[in-house]
Formats: sequence, C-alpha cells, structure tokens
Amino acid sequence: MPATTKKQVHLAAQLPGIHNVTVWSDPRSESQIAIDSFVRLAQTIERGKFDFFFLAEGLRLREHKGQVYDLDIAGRPENLTVLSALAAVTTHLGLAATVNATFNEPYEVARRFATLDRLSGGRAAWNVVTSYDAFTGENFRRGGFLPEADRYTRAAEFLTAARELWDSWGEGDIKANAATGEFVAAGAGRFAHRGQHFDIAGRFTTPPGPQGHPVIIQSGESDAGREFAASDAEVIFSKHNRIDVAREFYRDVKRRLAAYGRSPDDLLILPTANAVVADTDEEAAAYAEEISRELVSPQTAIAHLEAVWGRDLSAYDPDGPLPDIEPEDDAHFLKGHSVFRKGRAETARQWRKLAEERNLSIRELVIEVGGRQTFVGSPQTVADAIDDYVQSEGADGFVLVPHLTPGGLDDFVDRVVPILQEKGVHRDDYTGTTLRDHLGLSAAPRPAGWGGPGQPLRTGHDQPGRDHTVRDQSVRDDKETSA
Amino acid sequence: MTGTKGAPNGATGTTGTPEETAPDLTAPLHLAVALDGAGWHPAAWRETGARPGELLDAPYWADLVAEAERGLLDFVTFEDALGLQSAAFHLPDDRTDQVRGSIDAVLLAAHLAPLTTHIGLVPTTNITHTEPFHLAIGIATLDHASKGRAGWRPQIASRASDSAHFGRRTTPQLTEDEVGDSELISQPLRALFTEGAEVVEAARRLWDSWEDGAEIRDAATGRFLDRDKVHHIDFQGSNFSVKGPSITPRTPQGQPPVVSLAHATVPYEFAALGSDVVAITPHDRAGTAAILAQVAEAVERTGRDVTDRPLRTFADLIVFLDDEPGAAARRKARLDEAAGAELASDAEIFTGTPAELADLLLDWRSTGLDGFRLRPAVLPHDLTAITRGLVPELQRRGVFRTAYASTTLRGHLGLARPASRYAAAG
Ligand SMILES: Cc1cc2nc3c(=O)[nH]c(=O)nc-3n(C[C@H](O)[C@H](O)[C@H](O)COP(=O)(O)O)c2cc1C
Repeated sequence: MPATTKKQVHLAAQLPGIHNVTVWSDPRSESQIAIDSFVRLAQTIERGKFDFFFLAEGLRLREHKGQVYDLDIAGRPENLTVLSALAAVTTHLGLAATVNATFNEPYEVARRFATLDRLSGGRAAWNVVTSYDAFTGENFRRGGFLPEADRYTRAAEFLTAARELWDSWGEGDIKANAATGEFVAAGAGRFAHRGQHFDIAGRFTTPPGPQGHPVIIQSGESDAGREFAASDAEVIFSKHNRIDVAREFYRDVKRRLAAYGRSPDDLLILPTANAVVADTDEEAAAYAEEISRELVSPQTAIAHLEAVWGRDLSAYDPDGPLPDIEPEDDAHFLKGHSVFRKGRAETARQWRKLAEERNLSIRELVIEVGGRQTFVGSPQTVADAIDDYVQSEGADGFVLVPHLTPGGLDDFVDRVVPILQEKGVHRDDYTGTTLRDHLGLSAAPRPAGWGGPGQPLRTGHDQPGRDHTVRDQSVRDDKETSA
Repeated sequence: MTGTKGAPNGATGTTGTPEETAPDLTAPLHLAVALDGAGWHPAAWRETGARPGELLDAPYWADLVAEAERGLLDFVTFEDALGLQSAAFHLPDDRTDQVRGSIDAVLLAAHLAPLTTHIGLVPTTNITHTEPFHLAIGIATLDHASKGRAGWRPQIASRASDSAHFGRRTTPQLTEDEVGDSELISQPLRALFTEGAEVVEAARRLWDSWEDGAEIRDAATGRFLDRDKVHHIDFQGSNFSVKGPSITPRTPQGQPPVVSLAHATVPYEFAALGSDVVAITPHDRAGTAAILAQVAEAVERTGRDVTDRPLRTFADLIVFLDDEPGAAARRKARLDEAAGAELASDAEIFTGTPAELADLLLDWRSTGLDGFRLRPAVLPHDLTAITRGLVPELQRRGVFRTAYASTTLRGHLGLARPASRYAAAG
C-alpha cells in the first residue's frame, strides 16, 4: 500500500433481502436465495478487497392491506447459516450478520457468533438491531416485543451478557494435552449474569474465535441509537442520501465517542449507498434513470402512497398528482416496513409540498423520496465522488447495495476499485486476516486479568484459534498516521 | 418441482408391524455416521492420530466429512447441545480429562455444505430453548446452501442446568434412578417431548408456507410474488405460537428429513409424529425386532400414514474397527484404561473387523431395519475403517451403493419430495 495520509475508504456490500432496491425484472437478475448468488457476490467483492459482506434481517414478511406484500423482492436465508457457508468459499472477507436483540437470547447468539468467528478464522461481525414490533413478535415464543424505551436497554444488556460469555473462556483453556490427560482448564466457560433483562448462569460451550469478540455494528439513528453506537459499536450502518446530512451525522457521532473514552477511529461510519457505473457520465445517468423507474412500478408507487396515507388509493393514477385528501391512521395498511416517525400527516404534507414544487406525479415523487442512486457516472466520476465523500468526513466508507443480484457489483469491482487503489485510498491486497484487521480496529477488549494472573492484556491478533498468524501492523499504522 | 411421488429406488421401510413387513434383503443398506468431537470414546482425543486441539475448527470437520463422502454414506450427523458436555447424563460435571467445548452444529453443517457435493448433513439442535422460527429458517437455509442435502436432528434439552443458560423457564431435574432406565428417563420429560413434536410440526409448516413457484416475477402486474402461494401457518402449540409465513422460500427438498434418536415409548411416539428417520439402540437381533415392533405400535397410535410418509429405521452402534482380529478389542481395552472406566453407552458397542461388522449389520437388518448410524469410537481411525474397510466389504456383498444415485438426502433415503400441504387447495 502506498504511503498516504489520505483516509482509507472502507467498502462493504450486501445482498439485499427484502426491498425494492434490486431490479428483479431485469433478465440478469438471478435468485435472491440460491447459495450460488451469495457465493458469486461474496467472491466478487473479495476480489475487490472489500472489508465485509453484509446481510440485513427481517423476521416477518411485510404485509400490506392485511396480505403478504407482493411487489418487492421477498425471501431470505437465515443470516448466520448462509454466512457460515460463505466462510468456506472466501478467505479474507468479513461476514456480517444482522441479528435482532429482541427476538433472541444472549446464550445462543453468543454461541453462534463464536462459531462463525471460528469457522471463518476471525471474520465475524454482528449488526445488533433492536426492531421491536408486535407484528414480528407473532413469530416468536416470547410473543414478545418491547416498548420503544426498552429496546436499547435490552440490546445493551444483551451485548454485555454476550461479552461475558465470550470472555468466559480464556486463551489456552483448551489444553488438549494427551500426555497429561488434561483436555480443558477447570471451570472454563463458567459465567453468571444477573440484570434487568437477563438472569443467566452456567457453563458456556464455545471458546471464542480469533477475534475474541465479533465486530459490533449498530444501525439506527435515534439519539438512543447513536449513544449505543458510541458506547458499544465499532461500525455504524447508517442511511443518508445527502452529503450535508451525512457530515452532520458523522460529526455528531464521532463527537460522542470521547465520553466513553474512545477515539474517533474506534467507530467507523458506513452509510448504505449504491453506485451506477457506465462508460460515460451521460450513459450512467440514463441507466440510473431506468433503474429508478424499474424499481418503482406504477403499482409500487401507489402502494408506497397507501402506506403513508393509511387508506386505499387504488383509484388514483400513478402518473397523476398526489391525492388532496388527508391521511388516516390505519395501521393495517402496512406492517413490517420502516416506521414513519414524523407521523403520517406530516410526511404527507412534506411529500405534497415536494411534488408541487417540482411538479412531480405520484410515481415521480416516490422515486424522488425513495432515494436516488448515490454515485452515478463513469468509473472515474464515481471513484472521485466516493473519495471526496470520505475525505470530507461524510463517511468512513460505504455498504454498497447492488441493484442486480448477483452481478450488480461486477463493474464497480472491475472498474472503480482499481481507480480507488491508484488513488491510494483502497487496499491493493488484504494485509491482515481478520475483519478487525481490515477495519483497523484493535483487538476486542478483554476483562482485566484475562490471559492469566500477571499477564498483560492482549492487544494483538493472538486470540485462540486456528490462525496464529503474526499480526501485520501496517493496517493499524495507516490509521494512526491518518488520524 | 423436482420430486417424484411413489416408490423411489427400492426402499424397504418399517412401515407396518415386523410380521407384516417382509424385509427386502436385496435392497440397499443405508449407512450414516455420527460425528462427535474426537469420537465416541471419552479417551479418543488422547489417541495418536487424533487432532484434539482442532475439534472446534473447520479443517478437522472438513476432512472427516470428505472421508465420509468418499465412503458414499447417506449422511453424517453432528452432535450438539446448549450445555457443556458431561460424563453424567443429567448433571454438569467438572471433569477436565474429557473433551469439552462445542460449536453450533447447524453453522458447522452449513460451512461444510460448499465443501461437499453429495453427502447429507444432519445437525442436532435443541428444541426446548430455541425458537421454532429460528430453527426452521436455519435448517431451510442449510438445505438451500447444500442444494438439498440438509437434515435435522431435533433434540429436547434433558439436562435441567441448560435452562439456566436462558433463564426463562425451568425443566425437570432427572434423578439417579431415572437416568438408569430409558423408560423412566422419558416420563418426566414427556411434556418436553410433546412440545418438541409441536416444534417439529411448526417447522414443517413453515417449510411448506412458501409453495413451489411462489416467486413469479410478473413484470406486467408488478408482482414479484404470487401471494396466494405464501401462507400464514397460524400454528398454536401448547406453549408457543407462530404466525408465519417463513422468511425463507421453499427449499430444494421441500422438507429436509427429520432424524431422531429414540430409546423409549415417549420418544418412539415423538419419532412417529414427526421424524423421517428414527435411530434406535438395540443390543442384538432379537432386541432390534422388539424395538421395531414398539416403533410400529407408536406409528399406529399416532395414526401416521406410512405409505404417504415412510419412517426409515436405523440402528445405532458404537464401532471400533481394525483389520487384524482382536486388535479392535485390545484398542478398546487400552482406551478404557486411559479413561479410567469401561466405556458405557446407550448403544451397543462393537469391536471387530469390517467383515465381522458387515455380518452383524446384515443379520440385524433382516429384522426390517433400513440402515445403521455408526458412531466411530475414535476419529478419524474408525471413520476411515468404515469408509475404506466396511463399505468395500458391503459393496462386495452387493448391499451398498457404488456411486451416489442422487444429489439430495431425500434421494439417498428413497424418500419422495413432499408437496406443500398448502398447495392442495390451490
Ligand atoms: C441503515 C439501517 C439498516 C437497518 N437494518 C435493519 C435490519 O436489517 N433489520 C432490522 O430488524 N432492523 C434494521 N434497522 C432498524 C434498526 O435496528 C432500528 O430498529 C431502527 O433504525 C430504529 O432505531 P433508532 O430508533 O435508533 O433509529 C436498520 C436501520 C438502519 C438505519
């Protein structure tokens, strides 16, 4: 990697699960569920030396007017299971699974992430989400969901308990000494956690993988979400489509870290983004336009409007103006979609204003508010824009969402990545083996005394596992010089 | 839809009482291997050739499963539990001289899926503490990841201490007296088996909740899905409910085969209700026939239609195999000595040569068994003896496949791919 004082651009990608961000009608669009699609995309981005492959989660199919919503791509695998399979066909790529803290228990989640970290040789990450609705809760034994105020307290305690479980095995607790007949250290895995949400104790089954703790990701932008990220997460997966808003968010979140004794480098901010690349800027713009229209069919446009208005708008013309009737608060219209936090009336008012100002039809409006493509242009244009975005502190990198599955990042990897590498802002090759290495994060914190009495706290990549490679310091050093 | 209804490749099947079933001795024998740690002998990890420091890491398992696949076995099972291993059935212990530590079996199986092409992968999961929804989508995903080679071994959590790992319910603490007798063990656990059968049923409904062809991608109407082919399951159990549908579309096998291990009346009923394969633990030929009769009674009591849903029967055996006569018994004695106690097991313990084991398998099989799940006492030694000694011996006798005839686990087992139960109406 060339010596540089420029910030490195961190890149991740996801195969989207349920959303209208993928053009399913394109003949090049393949299965969203077949393992071959996941393997193809994962191997493509590993070729592009991305940091990680990301999977979102939704534990109930969306519904619209009391029926399964049929206009978007739907159907997804169980995250950790498919990522464990991908660990076998990739060597360096990080593997990030979104797993809800509301509909799971710490013992199982800690065990499964420790397993993924071991199977992948230290490449696991956990996006701790807190979605809470009763609608999703109907799929679970708890039947449970949580009041909004309790979501992050449960999530924080969940994570605390998971960390206690990971720390319940010390390095070297597996002796496997055939000569002495000692297999395991006495008391390995013993834990007890008592708190507001969990009262658990016993022996944990699974010594952690090479990373000790998986990388922790947080998604969600409320004040409570930002605090949780500042105190506990190592990556924020965020959602912005305007650079000014992104910079404000970036400043705000990085500022919060000091209160927890952390430095700005300890938490990376990676917004979701998409890129449309073509030979020229003009061709890319035309293609982006085409994609937008494919993503928002006339039926989709009306459905989105119905979601906000909370009433049947099927009589409206998608190419005509927005309805001038007021929204109703009918929760039946939409289940499992993101919540309209501002409220239906306020959202409708803003949409109507925007449509009037720009003279937009219903469909054009939905395309507009649905989020335009983030980066559109020739490979050079896209690479410059990404670089500028990161250097100007709008983000530390991006989680790219391809608009085609699984080939949607081929152009990006083949044509944009080499330019980023030339600019010295993206690695030519992996310099470490774990996801923590790729992200330039320090080893997971260990409780005082971990590693045995009198031994210093470990700081490098030397947790138990099959990969005892000596840690390459260059990633860390790069980060430090740029800070 | 790739499945074919009807009688696939010459399956036998314990479908009625043994009297009614004339065993087909020319039918292929089914053979599976149960993988656990360094092998089923507690001192196995101390043997030369063992890889005790690697038992929780992928390369060790990849090597074992590749070996099993070279042997053309129907499937491998992976043991698992949500508590640390213990020498006592019902209580945790503090022993440091035996293998302790495990990784999640579903994730392990998924990891091995892209590294293999034919062999069935059957992880064990807990069904007492884990959410049915999570279980169903995990196994469905394994089926997608393996292109139709997933199975599932659901297991209740019989150790009360496991409940404290979750802190949301308690389960019965078995007594010394109870654990000495399989019928007695299962009595206090009856409620957990009942609930477990509901978990299996809920999972099966979730697997059916997307019909084949639900994804239509109809650009004209803008519909990705045909929502008439995606169903709420509205499952109401005694202890839990699941609304559905699954988030994971219908899998290559439609329903991955369910494998359960059973030693007593209650678990025979559990198997009759929800399993495709039941593994039993007889100790001789007569005992095999007796257990098969009990299984058949359980099938009758639960009203299962075995023409529609055959139940395959496998017998479990722990095996020590060496070519030289007497060597396996001597090896077992040496391991017992290292362990400080004679090996005790629910299953019969066999020591001998591959040819002697082949004799035993064919003798027991004549009671109407479909196959065997062998538990290698020492890994990789006894696994390799199975694949390179026993399998060729069975092939010479014309009772074992010489190549895989199918790429799915259902195919290996001669089980048809079921249609979604929700498709009938449409
Ligand atoms: C970019 C982004 C991605 C998210 N991905 C998921 C997801 O995959 N699954 C999920 O259940 N919730 C997801 N969420 C929802 C968050 O977990 C959270 O519940 C929501 O944003 C509200 O939290 P907040 O109050 O902190 O904003 C996501 C949120 C954001 C902003």
